[in-house]
Amino acid sequence: MDLLTGILVSLVVAATPLVFAAIGELVVEKSGVLNLGVEGMMIIGAIAGFAATIETGSYVPGLLAAMLAGALMALLFGVITLSLLANQVASGLALTLFGLGLSALIGQPYSGKSAGAFPHLYIPGLSDLPLIGPLVFGQDGMVYLSLAVVAGVAWFLHRTRAGLVLRAIGENHDAAHAIGYPVVLYRYAALAFGGACAGLGGAYLSLVQAPLWVERMTAGRGWIALALVVFAAWRPWRTVAGAYLFGGVTILQLHGQGLGLKIEAQYLSMLPYLATILVLVLISRSRTVAPASLGKPFHATT
Amino acid sequence: MTRSSDHPLLVLEGISKSFPGVKANDNVSFTLGHGEIHALLGENGAGKSTLVKMIYGVLQPDAGSMHFNGEPYRPRKPSDARAHGIGMVFQHFSLFEALTVNENVALGISPELARDNLAARIVEVSDYYGLKLEPERLVGTLSVGERQRVEIVRCLLQNPRLVIMDEPTSVLTPQEVETLFRTLRRLAEEGCSILYISHKLEEIRSLCDTATVLRGGRVVATTTPAQETARSLAEMMIGTALAAPKRAETAIGPVRLALDGLRIRSDQAFGIDIEDMTLEVRAGEIVGIAGVAGNGQVELIEALIGELRADRADAILIDGKPAGWLGPAARRRLGLASVPEERLGHAAVPDLSLADNVVLSAEVRQELAPGGFINSGKVQTFAQSVIDRFNVKANGVGAAARSLSGGNLQKFVVGREVMQEPTVLVASQPTWGVDAGAAAFIHEVLMDLASKGAAVLVISQDLDELFEISTRIAVIAGGRLSAARPVGELTIEAIGLAMGGKGGAEGSGAHA
Amino acid sequence: MLRLLPRREPSRAMLYLTPFLAVALTMLAGLALFALLGKDPFEAIRIIFLEPLMTLNGLSELTVKAAPLILIATGLAIGFRAGIWNIGAEGQYIMGALAGGCVALAVYPAGGPWLLPLMCLAGAAGGIAWAAIPAMLRTRFATNEILVSLMLVYVAIQFLSAMVHGPLRDPDGLNFPESRLFQGGATVPVLAAGKRAHVGFFFALAAVAAGWVLLGRHIVGFQIKVLGQAPQAARFAGYSERRLVWITFIISGALAGLAGLFEAAGPVGQLVPALPAGYGFTAIIVAFLGRLNPIGILLAGLLMALTYIGGEAAQIAMSLPSATTSVFQGMLLFFLLASDVLVNYRLQFGRASAGSAGKKR
Repeated sequence: MDLLTGILVSLVVAATPLVFAAIGELVVEKSGVLNLGVEGMMIIGAIAGFAATIETGSYVPGLLAAMLAGALMALLFGVITLSLLANQVASGLALTLFGLGLSALIGQPYSGKSAGAFPHLYIPGLSDLPLIGPLVFGQDGMVYLSLAVVAGVAWFLHRTRAGLVLRAIGENHDAAHAIGYPVVLYRYAALAFGGACAGLGGAYLSLVQAPLWVERMTAGRGWIALALVVFAAWRPWRTVAGAYLFGGVTILQLHGQGLGLKIEAQYLSMLPYLATILVLVLISRSRTVAPASLGKPFHATT
Repeated sequence: MTRSSDHPLLVLEGISKSFPGVKANDNVSFTLGHGEIHALLGENGAGKSTLVKMIYGVLQPDAGSMHFNGEPYRPRKPSDARAHGIGMVFQHFSLFEALTVNENVALGISPELARDNLAARIVEVSDYYGLKLEPERLVGTLSVGERQRVEIVRCLLQNPRLVIMDEPTSVLTPQEVETLFRTLRRLAEEGCSILYISHKLEEIRSLCDTATVLRGGRVVATTTPAQETARSLAEMMIGTALAAPKRAETAIGPVRLALDGLRIRSDQAFGIDIEDMTLEVRAGEIVGIAGVAGNGQVELIEALIGELRADRADAILIDGKPAGWLGPAARRRLGLASVPEERLGHAAVPDLSLADNVVLSAEVRQELAPGGFINSGKVQTFAQSVIDRFNVKANGVGAAARSLSGGNLQKFVVGREVMQEPTVLVASQPTWGVDAGAAAFIHEVLMDLASKGAAVLVISQDLDELFEISTRIAVIAGGRLSAARPVGELTIEAIGLAMGGKGGAEGSGAHA
Repeated sequence: MLRLLPRREPSRAMLYLTPFLAVALTMLAGLALFALLGKDPFEAIRIIFLEPLMTLNGLSELTVKAAPLILIATGLAIGFRAGIWNIGAEGQYIMGALAGGCVALAVYPAGGPWLLPLMCLAGAAGGIAWAAIPAMLRTRFATNEILVSLMLVYVAIQFLSAMVHGPLRDPDGLNFPESRLFQGGATVPVLAAGKRAHVGFFFALAAVAAGWVLLGRHIVGFQIKVLGQAPQAARFAGYSERRLVWITFIISGALAGLAGLFEAAGPVGQLVPALPAGYGFTAIIVAFLGRLNPIGILLAGLLMALTYIGGEAAQIAMSLPSATTSVFQGMLLFFLLASDVLVNYRLQFGRASAGSAGKKR
């Protein structure tokens, strides 16, 4: 594999966990809920996926466990914010802090173990093509899954009635309630989906990208995913564009030396975070279109 | 549409509903016939909204029974009501600004109905009933009147047997009201029944076949409105005869508030820009600003308070001093007091005590925080004096603002401003959603303030209110202001035309 | 069936009771957690919550851990009250330590009574400088301060690492990534010989007192509360959001920077990559547990410090995993947020009415 192919492939690997986490959070925010606990759900997904894969020796239960664990975390957030009406910002922070701690606790016996290489797609002939082969026909299955999820979300939000209801709830939950839609139920469902996606994103880190378990291995990716949703102006395919852009920034630190950059590793490691800030500044100058009920508590009073 | 002549369409028997601390409906019964336009008449807080929400399945009654077309009717959710052919047009529209007309309609009807060529059917129905709509437009870009059409069309697409309308005319120009009434009469002729909620007596007299009058959650009368006078209906609704306050003839003094070519760019997604507004308000005057909601009233009051800054310092003059670039506190120092439309969250902080809430706007003129430290003794004394002088029913100065009823909180907010003896007072919808007693009290306070030499500006959608208290009235439409004219020279029709954006100041003058 | 009925006014009693309820619930959940881990739950609780209080050394350590938590949480609470979410205190803490430490290293080996005050000023300034970035971006471009302040934590961690790997590395050391040990005049005075408790705790107490006066008596504190509860009312009153964003970020940045400096010039005594110990994040829990009230934060900070020290003791005595403490802290915050509902709502059991409860609007 030449350098360019290597860079592009690792770009996709760096971007995919962000795609999962961001598309999940996009659905959550479209329903009017701001879950700042993506980082916590991702890290729980990372350890749950890793542990289940090690214990069963198979990826399928691992990925299912990651989704389930992420969804459970999200439902915990749901109970506190939707049923008990706590502040969403504070609860999201709590979810992250709790997730980081709990994952470290669960993960202790697993540090130092390796999950082995995740299988990649291989189509004889096609996958051997230069550049296009490894990039289009030679990725791991999770990459294709992540894009399928985005396509599914785009279709759901704009082509189905349930998607329309979800968007309506995010725009004006009081009106949606008055018409008779179950606001809280939809939001729980959206949260569970968002949690499952974040869990998958975390599992991608521990099973595909690393592939091993390290405490705090999400390293702020959950927060970057949150920024990506804003960057994407709540449009599904734009989260993919954003994630791949960030993937590009991230791999600078991997390939910086190879590209001949004479900069300390630490400064290259800052880049994704600085890029996030830069992007946030650039998009906040344009008028954004956040769902109007985003982050507001809903209690059916009449 | 099946029709059973044996049974009335809807019968309510002994319906009761309580909320913590309030009995919203107490043993309410009435009967609604096929093709009947039936008024539910009552003051704010009489229990009208609660009652129709039970009919529409949003709430469930604690006691009593309902029959629809002779069958027991017990809706658990709005879709049950819709399945029976009941549609509702809400007072505060249940619309989604960021979605299109098409999507908004689809959300309010059953999935089967929403499926095929909905847009074409929207156009068809809206044309038939004279309610023009474009299916692909975002609702956020529509005027209030157009939004109501979306709600009505949404209702009509379901071939309803009963349409409930909650205060539908409070947001319409007089001409739009006429159009709406034609639509409703046409519907009734086709056999659809209409339950029409209002506290506007003349409307009910001209439109409705029967009226059920609610007071304090109980039915106090069922009557034929055409055979009543507005006065007799009002007495049923309020219980006691209200003496309309008399406007005292006061000497008109110098200009205290002047707008000179005011322009404001709205910072909101679906806001209205204010264009070239010019107006003078003199000492002793009450100038009313009429208009349909969403025509720049919000921006205008914010520009007057100082929340939005004008493009030029001398676009707003308070007692001759340029104030366009000043913030709210500096304007208060010049003698301006203000009452924004929204009581909770804008004029008052819901969870803070009444004492804390006086600090909000009275700190500057009453010197409540000398040297930056809040003088709590002085604050409490001032708050208590507002409560005493304005008859605010509250659990002391420590009561949270949100624990007060709408009327009492509004009296407190108006009192807080008036007690500061302002030379200019601007108020938006000062009696919106308050009971008749509080409204009359507030009108009196405003007129009293003007008679003592203050300049008063009142922005309101309620034409009756403006005609009652104003000396001159101007009309706001599309972010522009017509010239203010003395009340004696104006007719409701002329104002209505200006509210619809037809004919500027000069044009409406020719009609008047 | 459980229903929530809104109270007409927030319950003051519940406001003060719920933190205790949350602590009690956390203890119960903790018992279950320890049992699950196969440890004697009551022994664990005893080691964590009682043992540190029994010895002078334990009490000394309590103030060492509580001081940064209280300092940071007081600053954060002032911002949180205004709805301004600085959650990057960890980064401001690092930059404060770095700025203050640089002053000491720059004049090394000189010292004198002037040095420590100068370091404190530099520490506060470092924290303010780092906090000024999200403040500036929010006021200039309306950029979300949550994400910006958080991203800057990761940047600060990398920056500290780059510094101690590079320019600040101890020239006489063994090439470890750490600075020199600070000279004598550049360390924070301890309160008792042989103990680590230092004067930073008094600064924390002073911050609590000042925060209490600011929020309870001063007009700026009042403006902060109004902005947080009803932004539109703050506009009506004429309070400048831009000014309050700056004030709260400057206060919280300064206190976090100071906390970082005290840590570097106190128990640690040099600049090391492991300096950020998560105080900036734990302080968020402390701020909420203390009800965003400085007096409450004082108590909450002491309690949280106790879980740190007790947690460490339990790790050694019972070989509990080190992450137990942070799980504990996370649960505490969850229980607190969940029990918050009791402040504004009454719970009603029974009658499974499908109708939604509530008072009429």
